[in-house]
Amino acid sequence: MYSFQLPEFMIERAADRCIRCRVCERQCANQVYSYDAELDRMFIEEKNCVGCQRCVVLCPTLALNVRPRTSDYRPNASWTRDKMQNLKKQAETGGVILTGSGNDKPYRIYWDHLVLNASQVTNPSIDPLREPMELKTYLGRKPDAVKITRCADGFDVETESFPNVAIPTPLVFSAMSYGAISYPAYLSLAAAAKELGTLFNTGEGGLPEHMRREFGGNAIVQCASGRFGVDADYLNNSQIVEIKIGQGAKPGIGGHLPGEKVLANISETRMIPIGTDALSPAPQHDIYSIEDLSMLIYALKEATNYAKPVSVKIAAVHNVAAIASGIVRAGADIVAIDGFRGGTGAAPQATRDNVGIPLELALAAVDKRLREEGIRNKCSIMAAGGIRCSADAIKAIALGADGVYVGTAALIAMGCTLCQKCYTGKCNWGITTQDPFLIKRLNPELTTQRLVNLMRAWSHEIQEMLGGMGINAIESLRGNRDHLRGIGLEDWELNVLGVKGAGE
Amino acid sequence: MQIKFGYRDNFLYEIRPTGVLCSECMSIDADKAVIEARDLKHKEVNDLCREAVLSGVSKITINNVFGQRYIGTRLYNPTGQHKVTITINNFPGNDLGIFLDGHRIIVNGNAQDGVGNTMNEGEIIVHGRAGDVAAMAMRGGKIFVRDNVGYRAAIHMKEYRDKLPVLVIGGTAQDFMGEYLAGGVVIMLGLGLKENEPHRANYIGTGMHGGVIYLRGHVEPHQLGKEVGVRELDDHDWQVLQTHVYEYCQHFSKDPAEILSSKFIKLLPVSKRPYGNIYAY
Repeated sequence: MYSFQLPEFMIERAADRCIRCRVCERQCANQVYSYDAELDRMFIEEKNCVGCQRCVVLCPTLALNVRPRTSDYRPNASWTRDKMQNLKKQAETGGVILTGSGNDKPYRIYWDHLVLNASQVTNPSIDPLREPMELKTYLGRKPDAVKITRCADGFDVETESFPNVAIPTPLVFSAMSYGAISYPAYLSLAAAAKELGTLFNTGEGGLPEHMRREFGGNAIVQCASGRFGVDADYLNNSQIVEIKIGQGAKPGIGGHLPGEKVLANISETRMIPIGTDALSPAPQHDIYSIEDLSMLIYALKEATNYAKPVSVKIAAVHNVAAIASGIVRAGADIVAIDGFRGGTGAAPQATRDNVGIPLELALAAVDKRLREEGIRNKCSIMAAGGIRCSADAIKAIALGADGVYVGTAALIAMGCTLCQKCYTGKCNWGITTQDPFLIKRLNPELTTQRLVNLMRAWSHEIQEMLGGMGINAIESLRGNRDHLRGIGLEDWELNVLGVKGAGE
Repeated sequence: MQIKFGYRDNFLYEIRPTGVLCSECMSIDADKAVIEARDLKHKEVNDLCREAVLSGVSKITINNVFGQRYIGTRLYNPTGQHKVTITINNFPGNDLGIFLDGHRIIVNGNAQDGVGNTMNEGEIIVHGRAGDVAAMAMRGGKIFVRDNVGYRAAIHMKEYRDKLPVLVIGGTAQDFMGEYLAGGVVIMLGLGLKENEPHRANYIGTGMHGGVIYLRGHVEPHQLGKEVGVRELDDHDWQVLQTHVYEYCQHFSKDPAEILSSKFIKLLPVSKRPYGNIYAY
């Protein structure tokens, strides 16, 4: 069938700069470029271009310019170009429109409507370069009260403590499974987490056996509906065990790693035969209620001899506060909330763009609810989904998060340009692909360094902002909404966020 | 009960120290341990099992079990050695042997939901019936259930390399048996069904994309999932079937010749990729 679709991008090549080195041709997995030796000329197939900018960056003479194609339909506020393109694509294929990465629709981003406080005159600000500034974060359940008694050589803590994981910065890498991302990308996250002393999250695709001893001490291991690669050894080689109920980018639906991506290494990690589809059912079939969730939480505690905190990750949805309360009552030590701008390797576009609620509102609602019920100390809250910079992270902490999951930002640090074609398996940056030729583009050592740099820079920025507020420990900012003010928000939004308007 | 702001911890409240329980509820004689589980909480039973294994026993008998969960789960041993046999008298609770790593569990009574959930290796023999989601996401080992099982038995069971999970159900199952089945062998014998009485399950093998189901007894075509094809058994199938049926009969003192003389059908997935064509690329 002849396609009625408009090409998405246009490519301009400065003829006087092009030296016909054919780098662009080699770099493009989408086969946009081809070279005709007889004519000594490069040809361009624009309709294949996904706008990932790989060729532009690698062109030695900067001869290329790739930008969204300007030709467009008659302007129409209702029938936008996106809508019409998708419609035509579905008319041609009869399929579900897939997409990758996070929700890109112009919903209000509350981070951009919240501002932080700083000390002026009445209390001194602190300079983190010369004074102690504590970012250390403990993830896990805290006791209701601590009972101590005096003994001969100091004090004895009588209260039994729960397993907690200490990390030097509240920033943690999000769940991205080996399979959704390439081995070098996965390894880089693990290695960066190890170097920083923080955590990475294996996602639901398991942890390769040869990585367990080395990186288990920095791993959050997931137990999801597919139970891929989950055995007692995997659960015990970790810091935290996470039950994945939902994902912000696609709340309520399962996952599907197509058989062609299940190559030898992935089959080994997921513990399934080569070439079979890895289907993650939408629900976990042993969890149909809060009571069942409780059953799995304690099953995981049993399997790990009560030595590790158990986290439950849910997508931010309408009744998230009540659900989170149930999760804490079910025995979870950590509740992870994934907002609707969280990324994904593949999701139906209809779901990604229309299901779920923003992290900011969900986080504030959960924190408030747990405080009201007097059970906030029983869990740590992890915030995930659309954290773009250190300021977003620190605002999340002021809204009640204990730690922050960094996913898309980490991928961008690796080279990702958010072309949203993760599901095609043809990532030119070597991140969301299993093609042996493409994954070589990612050098794990250099990529690890990029991730470490990013986290260090963010941590330093967080210290600077804390110092500005006159706070010397991130603990003091946690859930401290007095340090936030809203700008351009309606009353109901300020109410849900629990912050005052600027100037109030 | 500890109730503070409506918070109640059903699992960890008033757990007694293992030392106290060891002397009160457990006796160890050479390599055998006997645990008296009456009135013990979930965690207490498993604390005792762990103590028993750490002290080097290879046989554990637990008497008067009544709903205690996760028996066998806490016995993961990083060295991979020292497998034990646990005999449970009466009725273990949910998630019996979840994440089980090579031990053998014999239940003299009925089991509840989640028998052998995500089990990696080992053996569970139930002299009675099992509840819902038996053998869910099981990856290796064997489960024999003498009588019926509940809903969604063998859901998402999968095989991997040398690991081939086997579930043998003596009676019949409820709906969604073998849903998402990705590997392994499920055998359902239909013992106890009357002649020409169909199996209870509808939607058998819905979303199945691997593994095999051998069925004895009658099923109507509408009881099978869309992704399932019906085949005759070949020689290899009979061999597999014989091995497991003999083992089943050994456990429960039945006559294998009588069972194997009946007609069996074999259910296979039509495709390894049932949902390969629903996306627009």
